[in-house]
Amino acid sequence: MKNKLIQIAGFALLVISTAITLLFLGAIIYFITINGFKVISWEFLTQVPRRGMTQGGVAPAIIGTFYLTLGSILFSLPLGLACGIYLCEYSPKSYIVNIIRMSINNLAGVPSVVFGLFGLAVFVKFFSFGVSILSGSLTLGIMVLPQIIAASQEALLAVPQSYREASLALGATHWQTIKRIVLPSALPGILTGVILSVGRVAGETAPILFTAATFYTRGYPDSIFSEVMALPYHIYALMTEGTHPEKQTAIAYGCSLILLFLVLLVSSIAIIIRQRQRSGYEV
Amino acid sequence: MKCEVKIKAEEVNFYYGKKQALKNISLEIYQNQITALIGPSGCGKSTFIRLLNRMNDLIPHTRAEGKIYFEGQNILGDNIDVVHLRRKIGMVFQKPNPFPKTIFENVSYGLEINRVKDKKRIEEMVIDALKKAALWNEVKDRLHDSALTLSGGQQQRLCIARCIAVEPQVILFDEPCASLDPISTRSIEELVLELKKYYTIVIVTHNMQQAARISDFTAFLYLGELIEFGSTEKIFTVPKEKMTEEYLTGRFG
Repeated sequence: MKNKLIQIAGFALLVISTAITLLFLGAIIYFITINGFKVISWEFLTQVPRRGMTQGGVAPAIIGTFYLTLGSILFSLPLGLACGIYLCEYSPKSYIVNIIRMSINNLAGVPSVVFGLFGLAVFVKFFSFGVSILSGSLTLGIMVLPQIIAASQEALLAVPQSYREASLALGATHWQTIKRIVLPSALPGILTGVILSVGRVAGETAPILFTAATFYTRGYPDSIFSEVMALPYHIYALMTEGTHPEKQTAIAYGCSLILLFLVLLVSSIAIIIRQRQRSGYEV
Repeated sequence: MKCEVKIKAEEVNFYYGKKQALKNISLEIYQNQITALIGPSGCGKSTFIRLLNRMNDLIPHTRAEGKIYFEGQNILGDNIDVVHLRRKIGMVFQKPNPFPKTIFENVSYGLEINRVKDKKRIEEMVIDALKKAALWNEVKDRLHDSALTLSGGQQQRLCIARCIAVEPQVILFDEPCASLDPISTRSIEELVLELKKYYTIVIVTHNMQQAARISDFTAFLYLGELIEFGSTEKIFTVPKEKMTEEYLTGRFG
């Protein structure tokens, strides 16, 4: 009898914890939607800001976030994937490789603002890229590298060893095996990791603080050396600078809603791909 | 019976780390004959067969000593081109392992990596391989379905077709029926007997009856040592070693 009571209490605790977690998620979405929805309009999505950020739209920030995200993935995907392939398929299982693995994992733990400072010192100053899309993309790219490497490695490890053996036994070279058998099988897993990274990159503020973002531009960026507006930084700026707090707060919620929507959309795509992949294995 | 030697192993030792898995194995594998390797689990029969196409290279911290001659070359030598070797000595594994591709692509893969470019020729060779593997009649209307939709026995015959397509000289079977039902097992056995006309065959099996049914020569291994090797008929009727007799009569194993 006593055991049964303990069990009921235990389950209740688990259910309550789950409910609290969901409550927070629901509250965030509800709160942002209620506050942000008022300012969302076609104009808000497609116009440039006017009158000291209190009117007009945030289109340059949306475009800027898009460019920064695209740039960072173009940089980090090939590099991270190649690194994952090397660590998983080629590297000898040695002491040094273990140190490399540990270093990459530690890179993932570096606070994002530190990446921002690094980007400022190296890309903005040393390479003289200035505060620009290029500097911001590279900084964001380095930040998500560990995540992309980890996702690639995980996806490659999930490919059954029997596929590799079958291919090699047919007289395929190691490279042919990776290119034609291993990578296609691992692709959905890699894509999932990349898409989740996209979500993270799109939402980060600290790395672009000193390397790419600006509070206000009249127009759109015309080259990778232009500085840009970006949604997360725009929210930060609206809440800390300017002279019309009430109007700016409403716009900040609008931006948050757009950002939230974009990130949730991207994550949903990742989940759909992952499920496709799972059902693909079962056939 | 006069047979030509296809592969000749001389004093082969093999180690997983410090553990010795094969001890001083010498035996000959004859052309167009079926050689069965039998013995209890862990006796080294799979280890030995995987040496013949250097599949053990994939396992870290392993080491082979001795010589295995194939076409006048020691295939355990450092200067051997393993890719080239594996094109001549094919392998069928314990668990059917078709690629997650279509039935057609599974067989054409080996041709494409061998730089056969002509589409027409690839198609002919795929069909020929599927026919030789006794699978053609079952799959001719669904060549572009996923290979994973086939039954276990069909998948194993597809793996055999995939192996045949690259035209090897020797085919290694590593317990090809271990995961199959009796009916599928029988069709694989019939197929192996048929393939003997074209290829030299080495088969690992834990099933003594299977060795007796299909093989011409039998090697009995125990704890990494070759206890007895000879014609299957002799091994199963008048074994020279007491241990072979005890194993075959089920006194241990």
